[in-house]
Formats: sequence, C-alpha cells, structure tokens
Amino acid sequence: MDLNYSAEELAFRDEVRAWLAKNLPKDLKEKVDRYQHLSKEDLLRWHRILAKQGWVAPAWPKEWGGTGWNVVQRYIFEEELGYVGAPPLIPFGLAMCAPVLLRFGTEAQKKRFLPRIYQGEDFWCQGYSEPGSGSDLASLKTKAIRQGDRYVVNGQKTWTTLAHYADWIFCLVRTDPTSEKRQEGISFLLIDMKTPGVTVRPLLLMDGAHEVNEVFFDDVNVPVENLVHEEGKGWSVAKYLLGHERMNTGRIGESKRQLARLKEFSSERLNDVRFRDRLSRVEVELTALEITNLRFLDRMRRTGQPPGADVSMLKIKGTEIQQALAELMMQAAGPAGGDEFAAALGRRYLSMRKTTIYAGSNEIQRNIIAKMTLGL
Amino acid sequence: MNFDYNEEQQLLADSVRRFLQKDYDFEARKKIVASPQGWSAQVWSQLAEMGLTGLPFSPDYGGFGGGAVDLMGVMEAFGEALVVEPYLPTITGALFVARGGSAEQKRAILPAVVEGRMKLAFAHIERKQGEKLGVVGAPMADKLVVSSGSGLFLIDSARGEMKPYHTLDEMRAADVVLHGAKGEPLGGGLELIEEVVDFATALVCAEAVGAMKFACDTTLEYLKTRKQFGVPIGTFQALQHRMVDMYISYEQAKSMACLACSKVDQAENSVERSRSVSAAKIKIADSARHIGQEAVQLHGGMGMSEELKVSHSFRRLTVAAQQFGDADHHLERFASL
Repeated sequence: MDLNYSAEELAFRDEVRAWLAKNLPKDLKEKVDRYQHLSKEDLLRWHRILAKQGWVAPAWPKEWGGTGWNVVQRYIFEEELGYVGAPPLIPFGLAMCAPVLLRFGTEAQKKRFLPRIYQGEDFWCQGYSEPGSGSDLASLKTKAIRQGDRYVVNGQKTWTTLAHYADWIFCLVRTDPTSEKRQEGISFLLIDMKTPGVTVRPLLLMDGAHEVNEVFFDDVNVPVENLVHEEGKGWSVAKYLLGHERMNTGRIGESKRQLARLKEFSSERLNDVRFRDRLSRVEVELTALEITNLRFLDRMRRTGQPPGADVSMLKIKGTEIQQALAELMMQAAGPAGGDEFAAALGRRYLSMRKTTIYAGSNEIQRNIIAKMTLGL
Repeated sequence: MNFDYNEEQQLLADSVRRFLQKDYDFEARKKIVASPQGWSAQVWSQLAEMGLTGLPFSPDYGGFGGGAVDLMGVMEAFGEALVVEPYLPTITGALFVARGGSAEQKRAILPAVVEGRMKLAFAHIERKQGEKLGVVGAPMADKLVVSSGSGLFLIDSARGEMKPYHTLDEMRAADVVLHGAKGEPLGGGLELIEEVVDFATALVCAEAVGAMKFACDTTLEYLKTRKQFGVPIGTFQALQHRMVDMYISYEQAKSMACLACSKVDQAENSVERSRSVSAAKIKIADSARHIGQEAVQLHGGMGMSEELKVSHSFRRLTVAAQQFGDADHHLERFASL
C-alpha cells in the first residue's frame, strides 16, 4: 500500500501546475476568485488557451487531439484545474457529445463536429430534461417524426444549461411514440440551435443568475444525418454517457481550493470552536473522498475496466462537501452581504444547492448504488 | 500509488480470516466471552503460531519487522469476527518496550510476547496519580506499561490492585491502583507515547473498519431476506437509501484507515502523522456510530437482541469510536496541529 503519487506522477503534476501558473489569465482568475459571473467569451477564451496547448480534451483518442494520458494523469490534470481556480470547461461538447460521437458516430459526424468542439468553435448544450421528465427521463415526450430525409421535432426541453450560449444541442427525442417499451422509442439527435422553430427562454434561478433555459421546438426540421447511432437506440447512448468519465464528479481539487480560501478569510471565526469543528469535519470528509477517489482510479488502472456503479458515491459525497463548504463560506461572510464579496458568497450558497439535484439527483445516485452495487 | 495489500499481507489476512471462520464463529466467541477469564488460551497460542504476536517486532526477537499496514488486514479480520483476545493491548504495550526499552528489557519481553507467552496492557488514563482507569486487557496481562509524570514504567501486573470488569464491548478491563508498586523505567517520554498511541489508534481504525464491514454485510443480507407486507424489506426505497449511506460511510472510513496506517509507517514528520491519525479517527468515530446505529435500526427488533451478532458489532463499534479518543478529542487535536 502506497498512498503517494509516483515520482513521474509528481513531475507531471508540477508540469501542469507550472503551466497553469503561467497561462491562466490574471483577469479570469480574479473573476473566479471573486465568484463573479463568467461570460461566454470568458469560458471560450480559457477553452481556446487549453486547446492551443493541446490539453482541452485529454480523454479523447490521440488522433482527435487527446493527450494519451492515463486515468491517473487525467485525474491529476482535472484536479489541478480545479485547485488553481481556472474557469470551468463546459462539459456538454467536450465530455458528453464528443464521447458519444467517438463511440456511436459515423466518420462524417466525427469529422464534422469533433474538431469544432475541440477548438471551441461550437458551443454545445444538453437537451435531456423536460417539464414532465426529470429523474424519470424515459418518460420524455419531445417528438421527432421522420418525414423523408428529415425529422420534424416538436416539444420542449427544460433546465437546459447555457442554451443561450449554444450553437448546438444534443437531444433525446421520441422517434417512435408507439413502441411498447418506452425506452425503445427514443433516439439521440443533434440539432442546430439556429434552425427555425427553436426558441430559447431564460429560467432565472434563485441567485438571480441566468444559467438555465427552456428550449422550445416547433416543427423544427432536422436532417436525418444528424441522428447518432440507430433510430430507437438513443437510450443505450444515454446509458453509455452516464457510465462515461464520471471520475471527476468528486471535484476534489476545486473543494480543496474552497477549503483553503475559507480558512483564509474566516481566520477570526476559527477561534470559535463550534465553527472550527464544523470546518474540520468537512476537511476530514474531503480527505476521505480524495482517498476514495484514488482507490477507484487505482482499481481502474489495474483492471483496465471502467468504474462500477459505486462510483456514484463520488458524486454524492463530492456535492455534499461542495455544499457544506459553500454554506460555511456564506456564514463566515455574514448574512448581511453588505460588501460585494459577501453578497457573492451568499448567492453562491444559494446556487450550490443545485449540485445535489443536477446530473442525476443524489437520490437517483443512491438508487443506482442500491440496485447495481448492492443488489437491492 | 497503490491501495492493495501486497501478496504477503493479503495471504496473512486471508489465513487469519480462514482461521477465524473455522475456530472463532459467533458461537465459539460467545463461549469465550462467557468464560471466567474472558479470553481463550488456545486461540491465543494459535495467533502466536500464525506469527501475529510477532508482526511488528524486530526479527532479532523472533518477529517480522512489520508496520501498521502489515497489521491492517489482520485488524480488519479481527473486527469482522469481533475478537476479544487482548491482541491490541499486548501489541501496544510491547511496542513501548520495542521502541523505548533497553536491550535487556527487549530481550526479556519481546521474545515472550512473540511466542505468545506474555501479554501486556497499556495503562494511561488517570483518575489521580497512581490510579489508572479503563486499562483494557489488564486482568489477563502479565505486565503493564504505565505512563506517569516522570516517564514510562514497566510493572508486573500482580503488583497493582485491580478492579476488573467487562467493558461495553465484552472485553475485559480493569481500573488499577498502583500506589507504591515497584516498576522499572522504560525509555521514551511524551513523544514515544504519541508515536505508539498513534500506531495503536491506526490499528483501532482498521479493526473498526472490519466491524463496519460485518455490520454492513449482515444488514444488507437482512434487507434481502426479511419479508414484510409480502416483500423483502430491501425493496423499500427508504431503507435502500439508508443502506447506501451505510455503504458509503464504510468506504470513506476504509479510506481513512488506509491513510492512518500508511502515515504511521511513513509520515514525513510527527505532525503529519498525528494529523492524519486524528483525521482518520474523527471519520472512523462518525462512521462507527452511523453504521452501528443504522445496522440495529434496519434489523428492527432483531437488532436489539442479544442473540444476533449484529448487536455485538454495535457494541464493539460504540467502544471503538471512543477508544484512544472520541471524535471531539480528535477534532481538538486535529485543529491544534
């Protein structure tokens, strides 16, 4: 048993760290440090800096721009991004649409979309949730009826993160409303957001931020070449995506950074034993999660297998820790929020409640572990 | 980075587990607990034969020169089986001799411990000077390692006046009055105490993880077999989610036990070691309480009964959560380091 990174892994981490220190623009870092809103241009600027370095999509195959790093290196890289306070890499293109295209897409689809995702030329969003279909995703109703060489799409998606920035949306749609098993009538479709009939309407969240949207489809014409995988096989695509690349859901680096910042600006509160002990418990949970995460990586590296369903625990614990830290920060800053920083922390506390709801609510994650890991 | 036991460690843990399954099932354990002395000489000699009493001691004295990680799998197996023999007290006491004793003391004590001929206990917590409380393993110990204001002493246990009792987790302990008892000084002061207690605490963490594993496994089994309303109760989501939380709690605790044992063996300095051990003990205490209480609750009335092993694992977990300091104690220490 050896909990330490190898000398090579440490050297790799130092290389990443040194590069980030030099190449993360000061103004972007300052925005992140102050918990300010990041514009589309901010997000894309950072995306392109990483793309230029060849580091924007480490997990992709080398021929499409991947780095060839192993799972541990990829983990180290992602954790360093979180730890330094870089703007987030928006996952919808890089980590969701791209893996699906790489696994199920035609050569033409790969050539058409992957380079543009890599370079940050297309901004993607995800069309899964609907007003009546949240955790019960297979009940979705948005219809795509084939008429010759196109699908005609009608329906509505909701909670669509950054749809107002997006050039493209990948959607789960119902292509066969008659199929008996409801999972079987679903297909995976790529839709150009500029197509006539697509309307995006903002949904403001309680922190006042415009992050998510409703997306309406009224007789939207989509060429059949935008279908990924076979018609009616969309559910297996969605399941593949669910099991893919879930090793960064713990967000250890990001939480370590928040913990360090919390200690920094709450130094006075740390004299209060009650506050201090609450913070210590979060720190202990975070340490435990980091080791648990490394145990998963170690297992993956040795077996060459993707993680099992129990990897859901990283999402559960990771988001609980993120929320606990956001709460302590909000409390340390005080309730009045008179200055801009305190107000930002207050808003952040509100916003972070989403983490245990999105990407498969923590209750759904528990269902997954109960069924797949524990056999209940 | 590697989170597996090496081949030797795995083989040892497997053989200990096999032995316990065969000779230390719950019925056998019950008899030992109910016996007047509260431990089995036969089991003890078996442990010695398997080399367990010599694991952390130098080959110069017949041992194997192992560290905490080498003992981890053994402690997990002990935790699963709820072993009541005074293994940890003996190892702890003998570690003081191995690290603080003179050459002569080592020669007199360590081979006897390794061969299973001698048991020790560590008397630390004090009511007042000369009166030691809650010394686990004292009633069957041959010698006590005693801390005092003027250092550590090795005292024949026969020289102390003992008030023996059963602990909440069915082990044997005693309050010991040592007024005027003659002892021989051991080297090493506060630093050695911190070092050895950290070692022992890491082992308690591993043992507790074993008891947690048993509690989780047996509860999961119960959810699958116990029927109410015509279906296994494990089909109810309210119970499924609680079971999942127990499972996560166990995995998080296991991670921290790995950290504690590794840092005891190879921390860069004593602060890093103690901070890691305290962090681990906080998590182990929280998980032990969580898993123990939930295991009882999900078993319903059966969880309360003397008859099932699950209630005994709850008892062990409850004490393990407090052994060598409860969560509050370690929160204080964690923050001070």
